[in-house]
Amino acid sequence: MVVYLLCLVMFCLGIYCVVRKRNVIKLIIGVIILEYAVNLFFILVAYRKDGRAPIFAADQTVTNMVDPLPQALVLTSIVIGLAVTALLVGIAMRIYEKYGTFDITKIKELKG
Amino acid sequence: MMGSVNIIPFFVAVPLAGAFIIPLVGKKLKKAPDMIGSFFTFALVVLSVFAVAAVKGNGTLVYSVGGWKPPVGIAMVLDGLSAFMLVTVNLVAFVIAVFSVNYMEKFTSKWKFYTLFLLMLAGMNGVVITGDMFNLFVFLEIASVASYALVAYGTEKHELEAAFKYAIMSAVGSLFVLLGIVFMYSYTSTLNMADMARVLSEKGTGDISLMVSVLFLMGFGLKAALVPFHAWLPDAHPSTPAPISAMLSGVLIKSLGVYAICRVFFNVLGMTPTVSSVLMFLGALSMVIGVFLAIGQWDLKRLLAYHSISQIGYVILGIGLGTPLGIMGGLFHLFNHSIFKSLLFLNSGAVEYSTGTRDLKKMGGLSKKMPITGATNLVASMSIAGVPPFNGFWSKLIIIIAAVQAGRYGYAFWAVLASVLTLASFMKVMKYAFYDRLKEMWDQVQEVPIYMKLSMCALALICIFGGFLLVGRLDVDFLGSATGVLMEGVNYAAMVFSNVG
Repeated sequence: MVVYLLCLVMFCLGIYCVVRKRNVIKLIIGVIILEYAVNLFFILVAYRKDGRAPIFAADQTVTNMVDPLPQALVLTSIVIGLAVTALLVGIAMRIYEKYGTFDITKIKELKG
Repeated sequence: MMGSVNIIPFFVAVPLAGAFIIPLVGKKLKKAPDMIGSFFTFALVVLSVFAVAAVKGNGTLVYSVGGWKPPVGIAMVLDGLSAFMLVTVNLVAFVIAVFSVNYMEKFTSKWKFYTLFLLMLAGMNGVVITGDMFNLFVFLEIASVASYALVAYGTEKHELEAAFKYAIMSAVGSLFVLLGIVFMYSYTSTLNMADMARVLSEKGTGDISLMVSVLFLMGFGLKAALVPFHAWLPDAHPSTPAPISAMLSGVLIKSLGVYAICRVFFNVLGMTPTVSSVLMFLGALSMVIGVFLAIGQWDLKRLLAYHSISQIGYVILGIGLGTPLGIMGGLFHLFNHSIFKSLLFLNSGAVEYSTGTRDLKKMGGLSKKMPITGATNLVASMSIAGVPPFNGFWSKLIIIIAAVQAGRYGYAFWAVLASVLTLASFMKVMKYAFYDRLKEMWDQVQEVPIYMKLSMCALALICIFGGFLLVGRLDVDFLGSATGVLMEGVNYAAMVFSNVG
């Protein structure tokens, strides 16, 4: 139970970071934290009590196994997250070149 | 039957193949990206028309990826709604690809543009065609990531700022969608949409439905730029090159946002009166707030972007009504909006191409120098404002009639009011940009090159004759079958499983 609550705490931290922080890099880290929280939750959903990996070797009996599908899905989700992060960091580098700052309160030429 | 099923994977495979080939040959052969871009999107238009015919002949078609049958494997489902969306997306994409041939000359490395463009198209077609919940998330991300890169394409100050804002908000939106999928999976133990619908109707939706509805509404609502989640759109859409603005406003927010909302809420979770009233409220809110924000803008593309929010409101209002007429009006307006909003963005691109400005105050009298751009812009403005006999009039009329029939007089009133304000706002555009007195600085302005003219004229013709989609057989086969899918509701499951091929 505790681990689910910690996962929720992590999710809330991510949201807080995205909403409150003023630094471009910290915003990116917020998105990463948020993404890890969702991925972790996906793995937790698949966990069964006293479960183990569903590998059927010749001399073993598996009585209680975890659901292996979300593990495969989370792998996909992590790869997507990597692509998004790489793109965000790339954009952040170009922003620094143009504006000379990472502070989003100074990066606001678009409004109205 | 067997032959028709096999066209389904091509909607994803063709643009992906194009996105793969263009970087290989594009650096050496300067003309190749243009030709590949136009040819592949044209092939997709032909395939989509064929898909409409296939759905008419066979009903719902289900393709099992890799031969694994649906509840276990990934399914691709082609039904009336998917076919309708495919025609909309690919038609607009083809016209925009033709427009880009001339327009993108002023940017370097055209092949990168076409690669990202086709990648985004692959993502959008994938979202529309897939029958699997996690697959939907993956395609959603493919389209989104390509669109972040396209928003940043100019790599100037404004583009980068808009792209960063868009990417952060949209990434958070995608995570809400993923979280919703996790909850659905934990409750139903399946990822296939049809199977989810079946399990939900057997087990009862319970408390999970509310939680998941909220998550999906936030996630997809952000992609569709409904009003509380709209802040990224007025920055992101004007910052891109004009063809991509047309693509983003015309089809991206619809296939990732509106289509996904329709599919999930009607066919998987099942429509409830609560969701219906929330959708109607958000729709009306977007409609009114979007148009009020638009009316004060002086940047042409920013004005158009705010109108996108407003027009998406009409679509969501129509669909949220939940009556057959309302849904039909909503879907018809979706189609019309993708046509006339693409045309308006292409016009703004043509003006920017010739004059180099987007500021309405600096323009004036341009229709003397650019008669075709002026005329097509007039057609598109009349369409979006809902002046008869252009296509926008018919769809707005249907939505308003549906609202009155459903007893929602308040929403009908707001829809009429927003339409009047839209007209006012576009009269301002026509006056300041195209009529008025020609300013001296624009004496040397030339009309745009041939491919840009061609694509603008093609879209203008669809605007003029769009009303005929409501007549006779076209109505039944195209709009009617799309409406039918949504009216079936959670019977979607039975329709899919009886057609597993």
